[in-house]
Amino acid sequence: MPKTLYDKLWKEHHITTLNSGESLLYIDRHYLHEVTSPQAFEGLAKKDLTPWRLGANIATPDHNVPTERGDSFNMDSIDDEISKIQVVELDKNCNRFGIKQFDITSNNQGIVHVIGPELGYTLPGMTIVCGDSHTSTHGAFGCLAMGIGTSEVEHVLATQSLKVSKLKNMHVRFDGKPQSGVTSKDIVLYLIGKIGTAGGNGHAIEFSGSYIDSISMEARMTICNMAIEAGAKVGLIAPDKTTIEYIKEHSNLEDDLFNRAKDHWKTLVTDKDAAYDKEIHIDISAIKSQVTWGTSPEMVVDFDANIPNPDNAPEEKKKNIQLAKEYMGIGSAEKLTDLKFDKVFIGSCTNSRIEDLREAAQAVKGKHIADTILEAIVVPGSGMVKLQAEAEGLDKIFQNAGFIWRDPGCSMCLGMNPDQLKPYERCASTSNRNFEGRQGNLGRTHLMSPLMAALTAINGTVSNPS
Amino acid sequence: MKLQGNELQINGIIASIDRDNIDTDQIIPTEYLKSIKKFGFEDYLFDGWRYLDDGKLGVTKDQRQINEKFVLNISPYDKATILLTRDNFGCGSSREHAVWALRDFGIKAVIASSFGDIFYNNCFKNGVLPIQLSKEQIEDLFKLSQDTIKEISVSLDAKKLSIGDIEYKFLVEDNLLERIIYGLDDVDITLQDKELIKDFESNRIKNKPWIFAND
Ligand code: SF4
Repeated sequence: MPKTLYDKLWKEHHITTLNSGESLLYIDRHYLHEVTSPQAFEGLAKKDLTPWRLGANIATPDHNVPTERGDSFNMDSIDDEISKIQVVELDKNCNRFGIKQFDITSNNQGIVHVIGPELGYTLPGMTIVCGDSHTSTHGAFGCLAMGIGTSEVEHVLATQSLKVSKLKNMHVRFDGKPQSGVTSKDIVLYLIGKIGTAGGNGHAIEFSGSYIDSISMEARMTICNMAIEAGAKVGLIAPDKTTIEYIKEHSNLEDDLFNRAKDHWKTLVTDKDAAYDKEIHIDISAIKSQVTWGTSPEMVVDFDANIPNPDNAPEEKKKNIQLAKEYMGIGSAEKLTDLKFDKVFIGSCTNSRIEDLREAAQAVKGKHIADTILEAIVVPGSGMVKLQAEAEGLDKIFQNAGFIWRDPGCSMCLGMNPDQLKPYERCASTSNRNFEGRQGNLGRTHLMSPLMAALTAINGTVSNPS
Repeated sequence: MKLQGNELQINGIIASIDRDNIDTDQIIPTEYLKSIKKFGFEDYLFDGWRYLDDGKLGVTKDQRQINEKFVLNISPYDKATILLTRDNFGCGSSREHAVWALRDFGIKAVIASSFGDIFYNNCFKNGVLPIQLSKEQIEDLFKLSQDTIKEISVSLDAKKLSIGDIEYKFLVEDNLLERIIYGLDDVDITLQDKELIKDFESNRIKNKPWIFAND
């Protein structure tokens, strides 16, 4: 029977079907960070167990780390006592069990989903899990990658396997050429606006089409990263030439092993007549830059379109629209372009890779952020991205334009570290979630591409990127 | 290890929050993820809606400014064991803290028309039952529980809930339900298949050695 890419990955990792009807899948790679692991390590120790396969695990602190660190920084320099405990705890657990960690002083520390691929730990065809929903990012390499809860983190540490039920197959085909100024972030936001944040629930989404073929690994990661925002635990893109070139550059596989692997990777494609449970086809050439106006990623419109009016909305949507508009302080503004922004955040596992920073830097080169912008920060996703950007002089471009150049971490993507919005501040953010309070209590988040965020810093408002 | 007793019946008061897409950041804001414990999250459940001031890990309910209008602050809903909401409850992050907060507050079941996938899974590992009903049924329950305080009763083995004259059957996989009823621990169960995993792994090392190249 013809199989989808997801079916193939599932089969390749299938250990057994359990009495319960679920399957036990073998896990190739397990990423860990400081937030969702302490309780799992505690559980492991309580049962007197050790990690099943040490080498499968890679850890780094990212959520809690301050992003103004300087050279002599170490764990003890974290001011927030409670954040410090988590970072120290990760360090202790990694030392205790012998897990490889890129700690806070390492040049390779960064957001776990950024460092995994760039250090060559993410390889096509792997099953990859992490106690973090944006693990879907790694699906860009043709991996079966998904977020898991803390109990499952413990389970994977202890058994190198995961109990799961098979998802349904969904296919999203993006064809066409993007308009100027439209990026992969816009495309994925557009999709979420169309199918809703529950649109992919229970499904693995495979992305394909001429648009996907034409974009870089960075752009593909942005799309798979946000599959979870469309409700899908798993996002997938079949490995192709672009993937293999990336792996060649980033992994340290020896030639014969690489070549053997390559032959296998080429088989990781959906068979011609394989059937999906759901199919969506989008012509991307008509898509404009997307910006969210509300408190869910599905509350998104063209940057210059009207913000929905609850009076004209279908009955079941009215209340949610009203609540979101109130929270976001939209007032009488009709369009996003009418809103004044206070802060700009360029970063997060969605958009903190070198390509994102290049795009943003290009847009601010020789210009200066608007007087009304209180703060604009650029937070590279990893030590490697930071070094590369500095080598290209991007840090200087940003700084000359009035941006602050930071050290790697999740930063203002979520309010767990010192980078937070104050109540009612409006932020142009390249992250992935605009939930209430996500960037700080009562903060207002508008999701957009790095290019649009850069322009918002310069103009103080959302504007036409083309 | 037992997370829950062998409860076949959940009885209690139903509290309702009339919203779609209640995400894990709403259920428990990021600030509280800094805890390294698995318990003690009850005071932080729905923090942004439950309080008027800004909270911190370690600051308890009696030190906070209560939002008197929020359902879980109104008696008798402050003792609710069942939560009624709309579509896509628990979307967002994979944090199990969201379920821990519901559990610690005393919520034993959540009724919604759909759930975030990862949240749904996490529920069963912590003795919280997610009950999926149709949008029409949810609408009926909202109407019913609007003016009068409603007691609801959920039978786990019969997969049935009753409130007033209404009785709804719901679907949930037996193996997941058993985890709640018996409080089973997955690690112990899986380790019974240790040999299978080992065999699979040795084969994989042989056939796909590049996966293990960094070990
Ligand atoms: S950058 Fe944001 S979404 Fe990504 S892992 Fe960090 S907190 Fe999660």
